Amino acid sequence: MPDRTRTGTGTRRPVERGLGWLRLPLIGAFGFLYLPIAVLVVMSFNASSIPFVWTGFSLQWYPTLASNPQVLQGLLNTLVVAVAATVGATILGTLLAVGLARYTRSVLLEAYSLAPAIIPDLVLAIGLLILFTSIGLTLSLFSVVLAHIVFGMAFVAAVVTARIGQTDPSLEEASRDLGATGPTTFLRITVPSLAPAIIAGALLVFTLSLDEFVIAFFTDGPRTPTLPIVIYSMVRFGVTPEINALGALLLLVSFTVVLAAQRITRLTDAL
Amino acid sequence: MTLAHRPGGHSAARRRALLGRATLTWPGLAYITAFMAVPVLLVLGFSFLTRGRFGGVVAPFTLDNFARAVEPVYLRIYAVSLLIAAATTALALLIGYPTAYAISRLPARWRTVALICIVLPFWTSFLIRTYAWILLLNSEGPVNRTLLEIGLIGAPLRLLYTPGAVIVGLLYAYLPLVVLPVYAALDRLDPLLREAAMNLGASRARTFWDITLPLTIPGALIGAIFVFVPSLGNFVVPELLGGGKTVMIGNLIRDQFLEARDWPFGAVLALMMIAVLLGAFAGQAAIARRINGTARA
Repeated sequence: MPDRTRTGTGTRRPVERGLGWLRLPLIGAFGFLYLPIAVLVVMSFNASSIPFVWTGFSLQWYPTLASNPQVLQGLLNTLVVAVAATVGATILGTLLAVGLARYTRSVLLEAYSLAPAIIPDLVLAIGLLILFTSIGLTLSLFSVVLAHIVFGMAFVAAVVTARIGQTDPSLEEASRDLGATGPTTFLRITVPSLAPAIIAGALLVFTLSLDEFVIAFFTDGPRTPTLPIVIYSMVRFGVTPEINALGALLLLVSFTVVLAAQRITRLTDAL
Repeated sequence: MTLAHRPGGHSAARRRALLGRATLTWPGLAYITAFMAVPVLLVLGFSFLTRGRFGGVVAPFTLDNFARAVEPVYLRIYAVSLLIAAATTALALLIGYPTAYAISRLPARWRTVALICIVLPFWTSFLIRTYAWILLLNSEGPVNRTLLEIGLIGAPLRLLYTPGAVIVGLLYAYLPLVVLPVYAALDRLDPLLREAAMNLGASRARTFWDITLPLTIPGALIGAIFVFVPSLGNFVVPELLGGGKTVMIGNLIRDQFLEARDWPFGAVLALMMIAVLLGAFAGQAAIARRINGTARA
């Protein structure tokens, strides 16, 4: 809580009663952000085969979706990528965050470790495409995993770094002074104290990878499209109620995963 | 401290620190180097190569790709891209700043909830969120129906496949990225400054214009960069909501790699995006330094 640090010094936010006209942008922003999502979810229960004209309630599009082989194959491909990228990014990102915070303390290296999350995805995507073709790596789900790890680890590093500031380094010192080796200290002291941030970071990478389109679009092979690539070709072909249902399900998954991550650690500190 | 009593303990600790640094940071830094820095350098290298006859690239080194990038047909695309990205950024600041300001004045408990609600859509599928606007803006979609029903319009408006739809789509995608840094800047602001201004008799509006706004400009600029740069490089929104009629730099880059197969020219365009990003960050840093300098003086 931002206020907690300030109560000690005797100062606090000036008390302001009511938001007054500031309610307007607040309501406007939330309406703008959530209205389209609400429309999409409502329309996924639409009986009509025209995806934007409401005619009545129906659940028919969800079973239709489940029998679409392209969607199912895309989902499977995406899950493979997301799980592999989450494991890789979580390990590398955690090690990097701890190393930077405990040993290096270099602002420059910290910026470098966050750069993959800031660089425009299109630039990263074509750079990786050039790299993979230059070294003769056949584009496949494996190349997507390699690509997703690089920006995923930046997010894990950011979330873990925010948490390290709140942990006590003297525990690690004590462990070492008592004769524990570096790896033992890391696994028995550092990782458990950072566990909430590590898990939250992993959840974020999972949902980011699940939904990531641009980089996958450039680094994936033609025969193993991930789910966002399948959705993209479906949308380009035309809007269908099936996409509404698929979209509603994906939104539900992302919301659940991110809210779970937020419950574990304060994500807003890391952003 | 235990170590200090042991002969050679100091150098042992240092060795261990070095080893720790090596095992912890090296894998990650090496990975970022291999899969971000090297790719960016390859983009730079490719920008000097010549397109091969059957796709791919060949030597010799040339500056032709850069010369091509300033041809009028492309200058027009940059102008359209800059206009759309600038309009998106301006709207994002106009909506995002007051939103962040309102959130910063909520009770602490609600502040976190509101922030989460702002970022939540950002973590969901960008494609699906863009797709939702196709439903909304369709000539038979909810927006047109509502306008028709309340009698504001007599016939459905053409909303989809216009530059306006592209701006709305980009704004929808990146609005959270303005709210967060502005909120962070407001949160860091020392409340004593505002209290002092108020105690010295400044009105609430005066306090805002003289204290709060100037000191949060660096944060707002970070937000502006986070909206402006990805807007330039976005090819999905212009395609899905602009109907392919609005061509932006992102579309141009994608086409060079997937359709025209002119990778060197695409590399030049990508370099321009990196230049815009770096230039924007440098400008933000310079302005932030100046503002912080004045605040301290």
